[in-house]
Amino acid sequence: MPYRYIEDIATADIAFEATGADLTEVFVSAAEATMGVMVDDLSTIRKAAEVFVELTGNELDMLLYNLLNELVYYKDARRLLLRVDSIGIDERGPVFSLKAKLAGEELDRKRHPLKVDVKAVTLHRFGLIKTEEGWKATVVLDI
Amino acid sequence: MPIPAGVKKVSDTIWEIPVSYKPGMLVPARIYATEKLLSEMDAGVIDQVTNVACLPGIIKYAYCMPDGHWGYGFPIGGVAAMDPATGVISPGGIGFDINCGMRLVLTNLAYEEVKPRLHELVDALFYKIPCGVGSTGFIKLSHNEFREVVEKGAVWCRKKGYAWPQDLLFTEEGGCFEGADASKVSEKAIDRGFDQVGTLGSGNHYCEIQVAKPENIYDGKTAKAFGFTIPDQVAVMFHCGSRGFGHQVATDYLQLFLSVMEKKYGIKVPDRELACAPFRSKEGQDYFSAMKCAVNMAFANRQVILHRIREVFSEVFRRSPEDLGMDMVYDVTHNTAKLETHVVDGRKKEVLIHRKGATRAFAPGMEGIPGAYRETGQPVIIGGSMETGSYLMAGLATGDQTFYSTSHGSGRTMSRHQAKRMYRGTKLQKDMEARGIYVKSDSWGGLAEEAGAAYKDIDSVAEATELAGLSKRVVRLTPIGNIKG
Repeated sequence: MPYRYIEDIATADIAFEATGADLTEVFVSAAEATMGVMVDDLSTIRKAAEVFVELTGNELDMLLYNLLNELVYYKDARRLLLRVDSIGIDERGPVFSLKAKLAGEELDRKRHPLKVDVKAVTLHRFGLIKTEEGWKATVVLDI
Repeated sequence: MPIPAGVKKVSDTIWEIPVSYKPGMLVPARIYATEKLLSEMDAGVIDQVTNVACLPGIIKYAYCMPDGHWGYGFPIGGVAAMDPATGVISPGGIGFDINCGMRLVLTNLAYEEVKPRLHELVDALFYKIPCGVGSTGFIKLSHNEFREVVEKGAVWCRKKGYAWPQDLLFTEEGGCFEGADASKVSEKAIDRGFDQVGTLGSGNHYCEIQVAKPENIYDGKTAKAFGFTIPDQVAVMFHCGSRGFGHQVATDYLQLFLSVMEKKYGIKVPDRELACAPFRSKEGQDYFSAMKCAVNMAFANRQVILHRIREVFSEVFRRSPEDLGMDMVYDVTHNTAKLETHVVDGRKKEVLIHRKGATRAFAPGMEGIPGAYRETGQPVIIGGSMETGSYLMAGLATGDQTFYSTSHGSGRTMSRHQAKRMYRGTKLQKDMEARGIYVKSDSWGGLAEEAGAAYKDIDSVAEATELAGLSKRVVRLTPIGNIKG
């Protein structure tokens, strides 16, 4: 899932651009980029626990914002490092919704190469746009 | 950044951007910096500080301090005073890490006494003060007990034996913002924070052992009043905030404000991160109460960390913390909104001050600072990078020009990825040790991101801060040991 960290819009924090051929892919890419800030090698996260989330958003981008916030929430509240295992997005509106299965495991300092903590997902330059190739999300994380 | 056209030089340290710069500006913006510091600021600072100038109810100017840099919503280093009757409160003017702040504690040890035990001290601090991603503290609390923590702050710590009575006197607002109401906080925020009291966090949070070298004492009389009385005296400075709890409070209310701002209150802002609500509205007051809970969580967090620091020094030196003279110099907040009374256009007026990555710096004689500092002015703790140094400064009467607000740190100039490309954590640790600084981190990558060169020159920031009359230099502190998340 493609994403890249970008440097010129957040000196003290971390920004990334995630892309996908469709909405599902871009949501998964953005989730991977968010978790990739905290864990150096996401393949070290085993699928030992599952969390099911159902989220809504008045805008499509806020639906993505809410998904990324869930990942940050579970990292603190249950010390769970989670990745998107499966996701379905209802993009018909006017209220957008998603159902996702998040899978992962409890944080283990011995096995997970940890980097920096994500405090929050900001709305600074936050964007989700349709491009010729598919979708692109821009996100700045507060570190 | 080349200084943009339209930015007017008011003095060597004040740069003004008039209301004509951007549609919607209600007041001019003022950046406090030397020409060199201004030229090193990113373009985002200008954009963001002029956005702040568009917020309803703003008084006088939108300010940016000398260590300012690009943030989200407000710039880091942003200060704005609002009229409480007509103005707004904005989580973006406070930040996600509510009451991220600095605390400085003394010892009566000289560097020569600490040097042989430095590794032992740093290792023990690293063990006793959890840091990094997902760290939890040693205090086990139920959700209801945690609600008491967030309503009482450091006062709760005193009741539980984690604070000396005088610690509270030397903490801004006595270590507890009055009016914190845990019923205004979501269950999610409680979930994220209830087991994090006494943890440092990650990113630019740290705990550092420092030395006050005689040649770095700028004002001997004030330094003495702040507790620096022996040559090469060792002190401990640390920087952390309200952890996941505060981050969730900010996230929750940012979303709430976005949903009511335009629809219910007809307010439009140039950036969603500036989402706000009228201060006197239900939403505004609910956030103010919830924000105070996060402020208090941070006070409690720093108090418990201080308790652990005292334990570590006591164990290593086999003397009580009292015998080691481990008194607090002060605890200052960085990311808050507060009601304060200031003189505006010749009249005393209550204003709501947003300080985001900025420190309150009350002048000598002002109410709200401990009696011991009434003549010196409030101590201001400016944290630098782990490689360079930090400053202890003091508030000045001329601070009235910024509602007694000043710098908070050195401010970043290099992105985290760039720093990581340029430095390797393992090599940085070795190089620093060769220079007499022993650093221990939870993450090599995280360590590289905090390399000294990623920050502005702290000496320039402190000098500009003094030149502008915002606060004066008292002691420059040199790092010798550091733990980082």
